[in-house]
Amino acid sequence: MRLAVVGAGAVGRSVVELAGEYGHEVVAVADSSSAVVADGTGDRVAGVDADAVVARKAERGIVGDGDPADVLAAEYDALVEATPTTLGDAEPGFSHAREALERDRHVVLANKGPVAERFGDLRAAEADSAGEVRFEATVGGAIPAVSTVEDIEPGHVTAVRGVLNGTANFILTRMAAEGLDYEHVLAEAQDLGVAEADPAFDVDGTDAALKCVILANVLSFGAADDPADAREFTLDDADVEGIRDVPGSALRLAAEDGQTVRLIGEATGGSVRVAPRLVPENGTLAVSGTQNIVQIETSHAGRLNISGRGAGGPETASAVLGDVGRLE
Amino acid sequence: MSDRRDGEPEDGAPEVDGGHAATTPSTHTVRLELADEPGQLLAALHPIADNGGNLLSIYHERGNKTPRGRIPVEVDFEATQDRFEEIVEALRSEGVNVMQAGTERYAEEVTLLLFGHLIDTDLSDTLSQIEGCESASVADVSLAAPQGTEESSSARLRVEARAGETETALAAVRDVAGAKGLRVVEPLVGVEA
Repeated sequence: MRLAVVGAGAVGRSVVELAGEYGHEVVAVADSSSAVVADGTGDRVAGVDADAVVARKAERGIVGDGDPADVLAAEYDALVEATPTTLGDAEPGFSHAREALERDRHVVLANKGPVAERFGDLRAAEADSAGEVRFEATVGGAIPAVSTVEDIEPGHVTAVRGVLNGTANFILTRMAAEGLDYEHVLAEAQDLGVAEADPAFDVDGTDAALKCVILANVLSFGAADDPADAREFTLDDADVEGIRDVPGSALRLAAEDGQTVRLIGEATGGSVRVAPRLVPENGTLAVSGTQNIVQIETSHAGRLNISGRGAGGPETASAVLGDVGRLE
Repeated sequence: MSDRRDGEPEDGAPEVDGGHAATTPSTHTVRLELADEPGQLLAALHPIADNGGNLLSIYHERGNKTPRGRIPVEVDFEATQDRFEEIVEALRSEGVNVMQAGTERYAEEVTLLLFGHLIDTDLSDTLSQIEGCESASVADVSLAAPQGTEESSSARLRVEARAGETETALAAVRDVAGAKGLRVVEPLVGVEA
C-alpha cells in the first residue's frame, strides 16, 4: 500500500522507517511545518527515501522542502495520522482523517483525539466513504487490544480493563520497590525519559482515560445494531483519578497485605473509570515498569490477558502497520 | 470510641495495627425456630434485651416453615462476645430453639486504602461514619503516618460487607471520604488476581 504519513514524531518516523519491511511504500510525509511528496503520478509514484526523511528530521528538524498541505492531496491509499493527540475538537487530526475519507482513502490513526473525542463524527464520515478507519495504535501501543475485541466481537465483551499508561505504572512500581515518594520517583522517571517534563497527561490519568474511552466506543458502537443508537463516549464521560497524590505510605500498607497499587482503567459499553486500585502484588494486573496489560472479559471465552509494551516508536508503528495490513 | 477503631499512633510509634478486643460489641446473628403461636416472638426477644444485647433487626419469615413446621426467625443484635454466649444460653434455657448462632452477618470482605489528611480530619469519626452505613463494618485498621500527624497519611481498612452489598459498602466509604477530602484506593471487586 502507498502510505502518506502526517506527523513526524517518534511514531511517524518509525512508520516511515519500517513501512518497507512490511511491504508498503511511503509516498508522502509531513510534520507541522514541512513535507516531502514523492514524484510521479498514479502507479509510477516511487516512494520517498525513508532514510533521507529521517535524517533531515534529525539534522534540520524538517522532513523536506514541501508544503504540508500537499501531503493530504498526494496519491496514497492510506493516510497514517500520527500528529499529537489533541482534545475537544481533536484538530487538526480529525480534519486530516475526514479529508482522506472524502477522497475514499483509508485512515490509520495513531492519534487518540479523533477516536476519543469525535468517534461518532468519524464513524459518520467513514460510512459515506469507500475508505476505512483503523486505530489499533491508539490503545496500548504494541498490544493488539482493539483488534482482539473486534475478533471476539464487541457484543460478547463485557468489559476491558488494564494498565494503559507506562509512565504512571513505572512511577507506582518504583515507589513500591524503593519505598520512595512520588516526587523522587517522578524526577528519576524524567531523567530516564520515561516521564515528560510536564507529566500531567500521564500521571493525572488523562492518557489512560482516553484509551478507555476509545475502548468504550468500540464496545458501544460494536454492540449496537445501528450506530445511531450507540452511546458515544468522550473524555468528559470518564471518571478519572490520577496517581499524583498517592503517598509512599499507602504503597507500604498495600505491600504488608500482599497487594500493590496500579492505575487501572476500566471500560464497558456503559462507563469509563480510571483510578489507582489495589491489586494482588503478584497478580496478572500488577505488571511492572513501563509494561502495559489489557484484560478482556468475555461472555463465552473467559478472560484474556495481553501484556506488552504500551508505548515507543517502533512498538506503536508496528500496530499502525498491522492496521495497514488489515486494510489490504 | 472503641479501641479497635482507634488507629492513631502512639508516641514514637509511626505505625499501629488495630485489632479486635473481647470487650468490643460486635454484630451477631441468631436463627431461631418459633412455634406459630401468639407471643412467641416477644418471648424470644426478652432474653436478648435482658442480657445486654442491642437489637438491630428481626427477620420474621412467616411465609416459610422449618421441616418441623415452625417459623424461622433471624435476629441481628450487637453484644460483646461474653454477653453473646450468655444470650444464647438464656434463649435455650427459655426453651427457644436456636438453630444457628454466631454466624457472621458480614459475609464479604474487602481491603482498601484511604489517604490524605486522615488524622486532621478525625480518623475515629471517619471510621464511625463508615460503620454508620448498614452494609459496612470496619474490621481492622492499619495506619501509616510517616511524616507526623499534619502531613498526608495512609490507612489500610478491612471492611466487611453484607452478602451482595460490597458495592454499597464501597460507595459508603467513597461518600464519607469524599466529604472529608480523602482519597480511596479501592480494590478491583470481583476480579481475581
